[in-house]
Amino acid sequence: MTGLKLFSRRILPQLVTLAVVVGLISIMFPGFFEISIANGRLYGSPIDILNRGAPVALLAIGMTLVIATGGIDLSVGAVMAICGAMAAWGITEGYGLGLTLLMALAAGLACGLWNGLLVAVLGIQPIVATLILMVAGRGIAQLITEGAILTFNHEGLIFFGSGSLFTIPTPIIIAIVTGALVTLIVRRSALGMLIEAIGINLRASTLAGVNTRVLLIAVYMASGLCAALAGVIAAADIRGADANNAGLWLELDAILAVVIGGTSLLGGRFSLIASLIGALIIQAVNTGILLSGFPPEFNLIIKAGIILIILVLQSPTIRTMVIFLSPAPVSQADTEKQAVNQ
Amino acid sequence: MPQSDASQPLLRARGVRKIFPGTIALDGVDFSLQAGEVHALLGENGAGKSTLIKCLTGAYRRDDGDILLEGASIDPKGTLDAQAYGIGTVYQEVNLLPNLSVAENLSLGHQPTRFGMISGRRMNADAREVLAQYGLDIDVTRNLDSYSVAVQQVIAIARAVTLSGKVLILDEPTASLDSHEVKMLFDVVRSLKQRGLGIVFISHFLDQIFEISDRLTVLRNGQLVGTEVTAEIDRVKLINMMLGRELEQEVRSHGKHHAAAGEPRLSFTGFGRKGSIEPFDLSIHAGEVVGVAGLLGSGRTETAEVLFGVAQHDSGEARQDGTVLSLTNSRQAISAGFGFCPEDRKTDGVIADLTVRENIALALQAGIGWMRRIPDREQKAMANDYIRKLDIRTPDAEKPVGLLSGGNQQKVMLARWLVTNPSFLILDEPTRGIDVGAHAEIIRLIEELCAQGMSLLVISSELDELVAYSHRVIVVRDRQHVAELAGYEITTDNMVRAIAAPEREAVH
Ligand SMILES: Nc1ncnc2c1ncn2[C@@H]1O[C@H](COP(=O)(O)OP(=O)(O)OP(=O)(O)O)[C@@H](O)[C@H]1O
Ligand SMILES: [Mg+2]
Repeated sequence: MTGLKLFSRRILPQLVTLAVVVGLISIMFPGFFEISIANGRLYGSPIDILNRGAPVALLAIGMTLVIATGGIDLSVGAVMAICGAMAAWGITEGYGLGLTLLMALAAGLACGLWNGLLVAVLGIQPIVATLILMVAGRGIAQLITEGAILTFNHEGLIFFGSGSLFTIPTPIIIAIVTGALVTLIVRRSALGMLIEAIGINLRASTLAGVNTRVLLIAVYMASGLCAALAGVIAAADIRGADANNAGLWLELDAILAVVIGGTSLLGGRFSLIASLIGALIIQAVNTGILLSGFPPEFNLIIKAGIILIILVLQSPTIRTMVIFLSPAPVSQADTEKQAVNQ
Repeated sequence: MPQSDASQPLLRARGVRKIFPGTIALDGVDFSLQAGEVHALLGENGAGKSTLIKCLTGAYRRDDGDILLEGASIDPKGTLDAQAYGIGTVYQEVNLLPNLSVAENLSLGHQPTRFGMISGRRMNADAREVLAQYGLDIDVTRNLDSYSVAVQQVIAIARAVTLSGKVLILDEPTASLDSHEVKMLFDVVRSLKQRGLGIVFISHFLDQIFEISDRLTVLRNGQLVGTEVTAEIDRVKLINMMLGRELEQEVRSHGKHHAAAGEPRLSFTGFGRKGSIEPFDLSIHAGEVVGVAGLLGSGRTETAEVLFGVAQHDSGEARQDGTVLSLTNSRQAISAGFGFCPEDRKTDGVIADLTVRENIALALQAGIGWMRRIPDREQKAMANDYIRKLDIRTPDAEKPVGLLSGGNQQKVMLARWLVTNPSFLILDEPTRGIDVGAHAEIIRLIEELCAQGMSLLVISSELDELVAYSHRVIVVRDRQHVAELAGYEITTDNMVRAIAAPEREAVH
């Protein structure tokens, strides 16, 4: 089988799910696909999904790498708040756009480094290690904003939230460029394979000479950097840093995006593209619920329900049952992978 | 003893078929097990032995065929279900829960209860009693993963034995056991046989097959070659059945004489680590094979681990061609040209979900660094080269290595280090689970490698094997290097004596 064929087979379930969700929305709202250009920027529901989905998509990129190593990063939402606060503080203090962005990104990297050190050097379980920053992070963000919502009016910074380039909203461009760049780096170099090796069997990878410690720290730093980008976008979007609400619960959306993307929480094989599609699916569901005009208190329940359905449909057990119930005798290679690991 | 043909078999498989993508693992195989017999299952790596027993216990769903227990058709859905039918199984890869205690692992699913609560004291006492039958006196409250593969293997066997009322299936149970433990196991097997159980025994050790089995069934490429009464067949004929060809094998009675000329390539002085191996001196020349013999837990693996920096040494120094070498972690060892093929391939070796190609390229890639990815084309060429050289049975290089048969996984591990072209290669039980044909092949390979100037340190429980390729043999006992044999002194007898007798400190 060629690489391309394998690849399309890998992301097929996610594409189908996205198509079904978008299809359902467009049946309910025939005007869904209408896209218009105003003030040199694209408008319309599909654009809105991409635009709103960008922060989670960015988080999902870093999260995919972390999860591939068998870890998890619960702190990304809080890191968004820290970096957003950093950006708002920098710009209001008059540091200039370049320096402000640099500080925000550096803050994200520092958070990632902290997580990475806890996991890789101290050997703390990732879920616990990143929980620390998840809890403490918003406190740190509040320290930076000094407890208030720090607003700003700097056009350059606002551009990252609501500006556009070649009619495309900036967040979409940032997410796509980051996704493409990380995919390129990870797949063109040996990083991807080494990260997967670590996730599948850490001890064996170490014995084979893989620098597991450095790689683990690196993936958490990548996750921190992605969260920083998302944090800057979120702050720029509302023209202010809200230490309490920026990125709130987004770590869960990011994890969900990765899971919908088919990367196992146990680590190992990953696909960044599939995670990005996963992020889009989540945002499409969000937007669909908003469009439907249900009272907002139902949103979370409906969302949970839809996601449950998606996950059930993607679960290997269900897939086996489908194969099992289909008349043709098919070998169950998929399910027996578990058996073989015995 | 084989019973009269008229009697009904205890367990019978008829026309079992199992197809994996790219492989017909079992092609209509018949198999029958009598009550009170030990029935050996033989065949090359990848012949389908493990698959057959997994089909028997329902761990794999067969694509076709029937399974009959005492004449009645059964269809177990998995290991647990099979246990309910009285079929206990030890799979090739130990299948226990590493983070539970030994006692818990032994009693899982049938814990002794007291007033509805699990009685920990009784559970531990029971566990100690069960393990005593195997001569194992260990702390049963400690986690399973704090013990070596061999100990885990014994525990898995003990568990299966207590669970099997009618049939006991053992898939390569002796691969990591030493002769003493094998004897214990065989005593247990014989007593079970006396009680009328049927026992299926898979092994690549022909001596053990001839010792314990009543009948044997040979598979080749997923097909049944035949079933024979063990007493009526000889070694040559058996190998012929397995390989489908003759095996030319030279038998050597003593080690090779090697004039160790010049300075050693590597010398370790006072090298050791508290609590794991006493300080030892070791020097190795280019093109020399040093064997390491000793019982399990004697410090063999620990020797390898300090040399490779897996466990950091806390005394002594290492020199390579005269200059001091820092060996505090494996990466340093690898960059000094070391390679290490560990004993426990499941936890320390294979990356199960990665492909054969990726597993073979891993160590080389890790050494080059992540930035310079070895091009796919080169990786493929490398993998295919070793698939051919080591006769790795896989449809192609893109199969996840975890789906290969045990012996073939072992060959992939060897290939991983051979592609790095190390100057010093440490092999811990390199032929574990490898069939007779491949075994001879690997010994030939070891000789070829050292002819090319590679230095090797080979740990093995198979003394014959050590005799076949070693220039020197180090004997380890009680975490100490107690003797060194060279050239003509290397005989199995001498090794056995040095391993066993504390008063004979050195055989010189
Ligand atoms: N889950 C699986 N998926 C795909 N192929 C498999 C799977 N399990 C086994 N195979 C293939 O089936 C064949 C038979 O494997 P099996 O494990 O039964 O061999 P074996 O006789 O036990 O060999 P060994 O002596 O090396 O243990 C091999 O070619 C193997 O690659
Ligand atoms: Mg096997």
